[in-house]
Amino acid sequence: MEPTQQQLLWMYETMLVIREYEETMAKVYLEGKLPPRIQKGLAFDIGSGPVPGEMHLAAGQEPVAVGTCAHLRAEDTVVGTHRPHHFAIAKGVPLDRMTAEIFGKAAGLSRGKGGHMHLFDPEHKFSCSGIVGASMPPACGAALAAKKTGKDWVAIAFFGEGAANQGAFHESLNLAALWKLPAVFVCEDNKYAISVDKAHSTAIRNNAERAAAYGIPGISVATNDALEVYAAAGEAIARARSGGGPTLIEVKTDRYFGHFQGDAEVYRPKGEVAELRQHDPIPRLAARLRERGLLDDATDSATRARVVAKVTQAFEFARRSAYPEASEALHHVFA
Amino acid sequence: MTARKLTMAQAIAEAIGQEMERDGRVFVMGEDIAKYGGIFGATGGLLDRFGPERIMDTPISETAFIGAATGAAAEGLRPIAELMFVDFFGVCMDQIYNHLAKNTYMSGGSVHLPVVLTTAIGGGYSDAAQHSQCLYSLFAHVPGLKVVVPSNAYDAKGLMIQAIRDDNPVMYCYHKGIMGLPWMAYYEGSSNDVPEESYTIAFGQAGTARSGRDLTIVTLSQMVQKALVAASELEKEGISVEVIDLRTLVPLDVDAIVRSVAKTGRLLIADEDYLGFGLTGEIAALIAERLDQLTLQSPVRRLGVPGTPIPYSRPLEQAVIPQVRHIADACRSMMQQKLARAA
Repeated sequence: MEPTQQQLLWMYETMLVIREYEETMAKVYLEGKLPPRIQKGLAFDIGSGPVPGEMHLAAGQEPVAVGTCAHLRAEDTVVGTHRPHHFAIAKGVPLDRMTAEIFGKAAGLSRGKGGHMHLFDPEHKFSCSGIVGASMPPACGAALAAKKTGKDWVAIAFFGEGAANQGAFHESLNLAALWKLPAVFVCEDNKYAISVDKAHSTAIRNNAERAAAYGIPGISVATNDALEVYAAAGEAIARARSGGGPTLIEVKTDRYFGHFQGDAEVYRPKGEVAELRQHDPIPRLAARLRERGLLDDATDSATRARVVAKVTQAFEFARRSAYPEASEALHHVFA
Repeated sequence: MTARKLTMAQAIAEAIGQEMERDGRVFVMGEDIAKYGGIFGATGGLLDRFGPERIMDTPISETAFIGAATGAAAEGLRPIAELMFVDFFGVCMDQIYNHLAKNTYMSGGSVHLPVVLTTAIGGGYSDAAQHSQCLYSLFAHVPGLKVVVPSNAYDAKGLMIQAIRDDNPVMYCYHKGIMGLPWMAYYEGSSNDVPEESYTIAFGQAGTARSGRDLTIVTLSQMVQKALVAASELEKEGISVEVIDLRTLVPLDVDAIVRSVAKTGRLLIADEDYLGFGLTGEIAALIAERLDQLTLQSPVRRLGVPGTPIPYSRPLEQAVIPQVRHIADACRSMMQQKLARAA
């Protein structure tokens, strides 16, 4: 399956948006968290600053999101993880309201109630969860709903390789296979479940092999490459849409930041990230676009300017938005 | 005895290390507890001392490794298993609730399960609804689990050693905001002098964190530290507050609560868990049942998280989790309140 010119350019620009977003967030996140304006003796204060709480960034993992979402329609459902920004951006969640949510502002997707790990955008059919493995059961549900209502919509569950050791993974794969649900399970194998490397957490090398246990196709994408993900996801999504049932895809991808911001990464060999960045998927895709005559210096810099403007605008929107009133805490427990 | 000031995380790790030296049957399993030393530092330095055979990083498979703790304990080992955040109980509650908690009883007492299940609790740093709960009342509600909730380093060490030596399952809940982590603000009163030597603190013995005459605050965990700050403020206004630190929920030191309320005549229960159907209601009921022996000066008051999940946004979170000012305001208003006259 070959991407169209439009898809290629969309994937490139979306990867740039994701990267710019995550790198901007990494800087903004540190505001107010460092000495001397925090409790004496602390190196860092996770609860301070305009973006408090945990922060999990996806720089390096862009190919998984764009290679999959390039095939999706507005009606298709995406369920993401605790590291959700790249999926949300690729699914079309508006950047300004997402950023306002991460700042805890009333203009946010969830009026500040959810935060970075709990983004809900029903209009763009996106949600995520801070619980490992929790994306898969609801994706089965969205796929079941499509099937019951006779729609050719699909549901994507993204999850990490650590989540493949949760019961939810095995139960969901079996259920989806048994009921031939239009679901695609996309595993981001970034090699680390927080600090535990995959060799110490997982009995087999490729999670895609686990598909065989449920009688469904399992595809392992060995390179962190948007076009390879695109090809694998395209086949799986077409199969799901046409009633052929679920697929398990795993992508060997790279996490450039820590598990969370502030992670000392004592578990990674020194210099590993620098080495990983040598294989950055963004210049890789740019080179392919240039080979095909879809990108030159002028269009590249115009694209990058557009990306920076978009991300800057989203952060400005979030900063100038108001916090919700404290009394709002009691609203929305029930519909 | 030689004492040094330790953080609660250091005190817990020291307790585990001392028990591992004393008893070869003790070992630790959990996510990120080895190389990382525990996300909240409760197993810091133990991998280097005891090696990966006894300090075991696990896959993200809580049902499997917490269930395995039950199974290994039944075979005579003494496992410590860590549930990284208490909020993650959802993926493994069957192993905790239907097995770890019940097997001793269902076996007619023939199966002993000396498991310590450590877990991080509490909010206050904008980690939102899935990473900020306390939930100890939920575990105290289930018959068969002892529940330990320390408020400071000294207690944390003695209670951990007691927990490891106990022949029953013990849920050991440490609040993130008193662990003394270098990356999270904490109440400094939680770091205190801890003897190097091994010692135990018996379960079911509440501590008097501060003595007072006018009003009793019954509380636990980080809320003890908040209550102490409020009590200092109130002292300047002439209100003398006694702070009772429960230390364990199961067993619960009912006598200590009753003794203090008998002295002060006023009871505020301050909790970070959900207000409904939990700890605060339990203690209020215990007092209500003893009103033939006790004379109250004002109605019992409860503080807890109202019936909402923990919101992310800072102003919302600060509104639903009781703060020092909420405790102080509640005490002030209780001093003005009177009971309705009996007819």
